[in-house]
Amino acid sequence: MKPMRILFTGVGGQGTLTASSLLAQAALLEGKEAVMSEVHGMAQRGGVVESTVMFGGLRSPLISEGEADILVSFEPLEAIRALAKCHSEATIITNTVPIVPFTVDLGGPKYPDIEQAIERMKEGFKRVIALDAEEMAREAGTSRAVNVVLLGVLLGTGLVAIRPESMEETIRMRVKERFVEANIKALHLGLEAGRDTP
Amino acid sequence: MHPLLHSEPGTTMLLLGNEAIVRGAIEAGLKVGTTYPGTPSSEIGNNLFFISQEEDSPFYFEFSTNEKVAMEVAAAASASGLRSLCCMKHVGLNVASDALMTLAYIGTKGGMVIVTADDPSMHSSQNEQDNRVYARFANLPMLEPRNPQEAKEMTIEAFEISERLELPVILRTTTRTAHVRGAVKFGEPEQRPKEEKGKFEKDPRRWVPVPAVARVRHKVLLERMEQCKEISEGSRFNTLSGNGAELAIVSSGVASNYAFDAISELGLTERVRHLDLGFTHPLPRAKVLELLSGQGKLLVVEELEPIIEDEIRVICQEEGIEVEIFGKRSGHFSRAYEFSPRMVRQAIMEILHLEPTVERHTPDLSWIPELPMRPPVLCKGCPHRETYNAVKEALKEIGAEENAIYPTDIGCYTLGLLPPINMADYLICMGSSVGSSCGFSASTDHKVVSFIGDSTFFHSGISPLVNAVHNGHKFCLVIMDNSTTAMTGHQPNPGITLKPKGFDKPTVSIEAVVRGCGVRHVTKINPYKKKEAVETLKEVLAKDELTVVISEAPCILYAKRVKR
Repeated sequence: MKPMRILFTGVGGQGTLTASSLLAQAALLEGKEAVMSEVHGMAQRGGVVESTVMFGGLRSPLISEGEADILVSFEPLEAIRALAKCHSEATIITNTVPIVPFTVDLGGPKYPDIEQAIERMKEGFKRVIALDAEEMAREAGTSRAVNVVLLGVLLGTGLVAIRPESMEETIRMRVKERFVEANIKALHLGLEAGRDTP
Repeated sequence: MHPLLHSEPGTTMLLLGNEAIVRGAIEAGLKVGTTYPGTPSSEIGNNLFFISQEEDSPFYFEFSTNEKVAMEVAAAASASGLRSLCCMKHVGLNVASDALMTLAYIGTKGGMVIVTADDPSMHSSQNEQDNRVYARFANLPMLEPRNPQEAKEMTIEAFEISERLELPVILRTTTRTAHVRGAVKFGEPEQRPKEEKGKFEKDPRRWVPVPAVARVRHKVLLERMEQCKEISEGSRFNTLSGNGAELAIVSSGVASNYAFDAISELGLTERVRHLDLGFTHPLPRAKVLELLSGQGKLLVVEELEPIIEDEIRVICQEEGIEVEIFGKRSGHFSRAYEFSPRMVRQAIMEILHLEPTVERHTPDLSWIPELPMRPPVLCKGCPHRETYNAVKEALKEIGAEENAIYPTDIGCYTLGLLPPINMADYLICMGSSVGSSCGFSASTDHKVVSFIGDSTFFHSGISPLVNAVHNGHKFCLVIMDNSTTAMTGHQPNPGITLKPKGFDKPTVSIEAVVRGCGVRHVTKINPYKKKEAVETLKEVLAKDELTVVISEAPCILYAKRVKR
């Protein structure tokens, strides 16, 4: 596997850390080296949660400005916030369902226009996949599977050399039994979307 | 069945640095583990706790009331011949430092490992102090892992070094080694009988550091650390690679990974020589000399204080070596905040005058408007929010809100500093709400209302409360008792009434402690019963004397988890 830096971002409680560790676990199943870093503690209380997964023998667990090859964002505002971490050849995958921070109501800056922002992203980055992952998760049977939908999209793009079967196996190992089927369905909906979205 | 305890030797698992330390301790035959929780060390204690709840746990574990107690418990276990580990966040070592400094003199028997988890960039801390200083201050060996596999191996080795030198060994992580996940291969755990007990052998000339003993023991410590130099010199955790003469690089901790990636990405393997340090105190002097031999330039890659940089400066002065040293003092790196891979790469490129080759193009992002911030918040339905609102309303109704100030403490409730609550005005460290309230009471005419959590109260709120009673300070202390240590991941504390399954340690009543301290006006409120709470608070807050209000309601996340 060639060196690859993947940045996950989202809001505390969305399952960002679960998604990145599922990805690293699936890689481990295939005997591929992965290093990941996580944010714990205070930030998890509804703040921004970032994690990284690095493949291909990289030892550094962090991603500097302009270094991410792939951004997977669980929330559109957080996708915009993380863009500076990506280079022009990067692929941006983002959920389009906003979680409006409370600071907006307190007179802080406005929540940005997401449609417009996605258009601008498409101009600046190689590939942008923006979709309503929540709707897809609901279709799969649980709105909590947004993270697995997005993992599916990521694998669907073919950018990460991990077989969907390994991810399925990881989900069976790691997810509570009664949620396994919904999560596997979510994975497949994501995979299709990743394959089909240009 | 806890995977860190029960997985077969030979298994490879994806572990956090913190989990790897736990596995290392198990493989090393840990018998006593202690902690006071604090990010980024918390998962060590949490996993030790969960394992200790299992029937076949090979060790005893406790959440101690604070880090100093945790260290004393672990020290006594070691003095009795058992292997012990205590872990804490960096500022926790300040609390334990009184014990640490003299423990270094009296020493240990069973291997003892002290884990300090530093937090460069202050992801969840009030400062970013560099605890490598403590290794120098106390004069104790220090190991610093660079990845989870090494965290496990170093933990095992730290126990062995501790037993060889009869000194505690400090294992220092940072957020980016504690919370990094990587593949870890499991080894064979040391089999010791589960019911094995330690035996303390009296030796007052060793264990009781009255001045006459301490004078002798300080010399012993210095001798032992001389021996330790040889261990560091031969340690497999200090590696020299590359034979290039354009630049010498020395690195430690997570920054070693950045240096490694930069050297490989810039194609410099043949052009530089790299000393990668894992055993960082004492510094392996001969290895440093080998690194510097024939070199004109040295780059020191270490986060926070220029400790290795200055130690190498001393070596150069002593040996008459002339080498240009780049690092903190040359302005290539900052003493503030954690490093990034790019920062290290750019420093190397600048010193070697390399043209940018691996820097990728980044698109124009000037279209991005100012984005709304997303600071962490109190959870929906959190009882702390209700308590804050009730206090605010009561103060308003008695006309005291304008003049009120709110010393606060460390926990989820520190988030009360954010709007619209705005009720956190002053904070230093664990327990400072109570001590600083004494000071504000003595020096101002403000209405002082301070906030502390249940766990923090037991940690270091009691002795300043006795101070308040004895010295006649006047303020209202609100103890927000949510029956858990919420911020760090819901660890039990002495006051909890809502207990995790199978946890049957006795409860120490906060009210009884407060009354025992001599506080005369103690009241309880239920923050969810707002009307009643406000009425009670109005009465309490109108008093011009020391009062304590215990606001009781379990953390909603914790309550959900316990009921599950």
